[in-house]
Amino acid sequence: MDTSATLGRTGTVEGLPLSPLARRRSAARHWGDRVYGGLTRGAALTLVLVVVAIALVMARMAWPALRAFGWRFAITSTWDPVADRFGALPFIYGTLVSSALAMLIAVPLGIGASVYLAELAPLWIRPPIGFLVELVAAIPSVIYGLWGIFVLAPFLRTWVQPALGQALGFLPLFQGPPYGVGMLAAGLILAIMVVPYITAVGREVLRAVPDAQREAALGLGATRWETTRIAVLTYGRSGLVGAVLLGLGRALGETMAVTMVIGNRPEISASLFAPGYTMASVIANEFTEATGDLYLSALVEVGLLLFLITVAVNGLARILVWSVARVPAGSQA
Amino acid sequence: MADGILVKQLNAWFGAAHVLKDIDLSVTPGGLTAIIGPSGCGKSTFVRCLNRMHEVIPGARATGTVLLEGDDLYAQDPVVIRRRVGMVFQKANPFPTMSVFDNAVAGIRLAGVRNRARLREAAERALRQAALWDEVKDQLGRSGASLSGGQQQRLCIARALAVEPSVLLMDEPCSALDPIATAKIEELMLDLRRHLTIVIVTHNMQQAARVSEWTAFFLMGELIEMGVTKELFTTPRDSRTEAYITGRFG
Amino acid sequence: MTTRGRHVKSAAIGGLTAVAALVVVTPLLLVFGFLLYQGAAAVNLDFFTHLPKPVGEVGGGMANAIVGSLILLALAAALGLPLGILGGMYLAESQDRRLPLILRFLADVLNGVPSIVIGIFAYTVLVLPMRRFSALAGGFALAVIMVPIVLRTTEEMLRLVPRTLREAGLGLGLSRWKVAVRVVLPTARAGIVTGVMVSIARVAGETAPLLFTAFGNRFWHGGLDQPIAALPLQIFAYAIAPYDDWHRQAWAGALVLIGLVFVVSLAARVATRGRYSAAR
Repeated sequence: MDTSATLGRTGTVEGLPLSPLARRRSAARHWGDRVYGGLTRGAALTLVLVVVAIALVMARMAWPALRAFGWRFAITSTWDPVADRFGALPFIYGTLVSSALAMLIAVPLGIGASVYLAELAPLWIRPPIGFLVELVAAIPSVIYGLWGIFVLAPFLRTWVQPALGQALGFLPLFQGPPYGVGMLAAGLILAIMVVPYITAVGREVLRAVPDAQREAALGLGATRWETTRIAVLTYGRSGLVGAVLLGLGRALGETMAVTMVIGNRPEISASLFAPGYTMASVIANEFTEATGDLYLSALVEVGLLLFLITVAVNGLARILVWSVARVPAGSQA
Repeated sequence: MADGILVKQLNAWFGAAHVLKDIDLSVTPGGLTAIIGPSGCGKSTFVRCLNRMHEVIPGARATGTVLLEGDDLYAQDPVVIRRRVGMVFQKANPFPTMSVFDNAVAGIRLAGVRNRARLREAAERALRQAALWDEVKDQLGRSGASLSGGQQQRLCIARALAVEPSVLLMDEPCSALDPIATAKIEELMLDLRRHLTIVIVTHNMQQAARVSEWTAFFLMGELIEMGVTKELFTTPRDSRTEAYITGRFG
Repeated sequence: MTTRGRHVKSAAIGGLTAVAALVVVTPLLLVFGFLLYQGAAAVNLDFFTHLPKPVGEVGGGMANAIVGSLILLALAAALGLPLGILGGMYLAESQDRRLPLILRFLADVLNGVPSIVIGIFAYTVLVLPMRRFSALAGGFALAVIMVPIVLRTTEEMLRLVPRTLREAGLGLGLSRWKVAVRVVLPTARAGIVTGVMVSIARVAGETAPLLFTAFGNRFWHGGLDQPIAALPLQIFAYAIAPYDDWHRQAWAGALVLIGLVFVVSLAARVATRGRYSAAR
């Protein structure tokens, strides 16, 4: 039996020299291992390089705009390609508001649904509903946008916005003509897209909580919900925060669906009925039309901002989720 | 207050596997009963049937009668049962996001007690009973998981005692602990058995001999023999009991 | 609170969370139902075989977009799969100390980068130097999106292979790389293939990164270094246009796309259900 697998490079067994065949085999083994190690490590390094490259490449392309506008880029509202003056405030505002609205709706629903799927639902119901949640998460953004244009926006315009305007029109949030498209539509569609994400990751986080914790609570005479509350939710809470942050990260970067229903007007308005613009949308709409280097550079700077924000949010989210659970990548998370 | 348990024709399954067969046994109120037997003989399952934790596992079920001072446990609300019959598990499982204090009163809080004074009083009482008070009284706010292994297990015992059960079940409570921690807990058991009925599962026969008054020997899902500990260990009636005790199989 | 009250509360919360779960999955019905209702009629043979008609004319199809998407996916797979699978193997087998952690973190971060940003990256790296939009640029962008997904699923699937199998291989005298390639990889093959399919389904629906890489094309593409049509791009262009007939085709295209994504998701579920599902 060939024992040279564990030999190391000396080519000997306890001081006795190996036969030429065994020595060749051992060398081939090392060569094979080294190539394998090199290939896989190379792939790993390539990926690391790609991420670094994205940041560097974008920073370089955004440099002209960075130099021309400095900090004021983030707080100015002028977006004037003709005069070559660019300020990204309307887009930042639009991204933040639409995402905030989306999270307001998506977080309670998503956490609630994940608790249901992981803890409270009868066992037979969990796989099918879990699968349905995955399907909702798998629907491409452009299709949500399509549905948004032809179903959601008209619905908002005809039923929801007039009703809200009448009932709560004294609030600046609900003032203005009911276009249908606008911040409200964008927020809603983002909520719909983000909620299955939070649900899926949240479910994995809760499932990772050890059974011993549940047993401890049950043993004290806790009901199903009480067990979830004192043993599972507490243990998994940082992971749940991570799930929410992952959802936020997705909302911030969502492009197509938002572009199709937000109205694409670079204005800042207090009303949810008003059209708006997000960082991702302005890039999607204007990138190919950008004449002039400064214009393009400004757009890339918007992209760079978006990149940095989502990396920060996602980075924090991952750390929190890992503290409780290792999330399988196949769940779209 | 200690209650006695009467078990009649208890059978238990995991799916199709019949793991407990026609168990008839009686646990004397007050005092400590040890359940011994080789791995897989069903002793843990048996004990978990006494507070209806067995049925929590998907696919598990049990039939038969378990009477606690005359009350049929299987005819009552499991949530209520588990306050009367407390449990301590093999590996200490304090709630890591809660403080020592919160862990100790977790069970009482579930019952709706909010009054801070009452909670503090109950916590002190339980922690004293678990011989942990002196070690943690100045640091009740620290996380339950920051204690040593033996202390964590005593915290779990305190947590179980705080709701004032009449029976305490302990499923191999010392198997994950070092000898010093084990000794402390055995001392605790000797103390507790004066006002509680205790049933412990152990694979350590010497431990059973040290702490229990009665011992039951299980083998392959059946109750082979039960009796006064001293007698069971010195003059067992069944040959299988003798074989296990003398170490011919384990 | 009485015990009965606690039980009622527990059931009530169970009910509430069930409603939440229902709300979460309702859009599936709404969107898919709408597409079925509006788009089914327009999905005919013409749709799959004809090119788009000039503006204003009725009829035509999305043949070039469908083929274009397939070509882009093939490019993305060719570039992204080797990198992703090798990277996954690295994460699962490597004994290095720090690189795996960094890699895993960055892969997850890359996963969260908006796809439009990746489009900008591909634009800068390929479109600018080549001075034209191209299928290559589009495929490259999709590959970058694909890699982190494939990498993590591959790693997860490889990790599911029991340690004992590896040890058995090593004990028989196989070198480490042989164990990885000849023993572990084949065992995890089904799971990895599933992960690959899921990642392909995910990038098949990506539109944003293609907007200024592949760019779209109303005709057949001229070569891999030319702009190329893609199904999601076409859906987008038609959806925002003012022509009813184009809207109908957009619905049809969306139906085809969503059908593809669903079929792959279902197949993936079925393929991994027996082996990898948790008991709970």
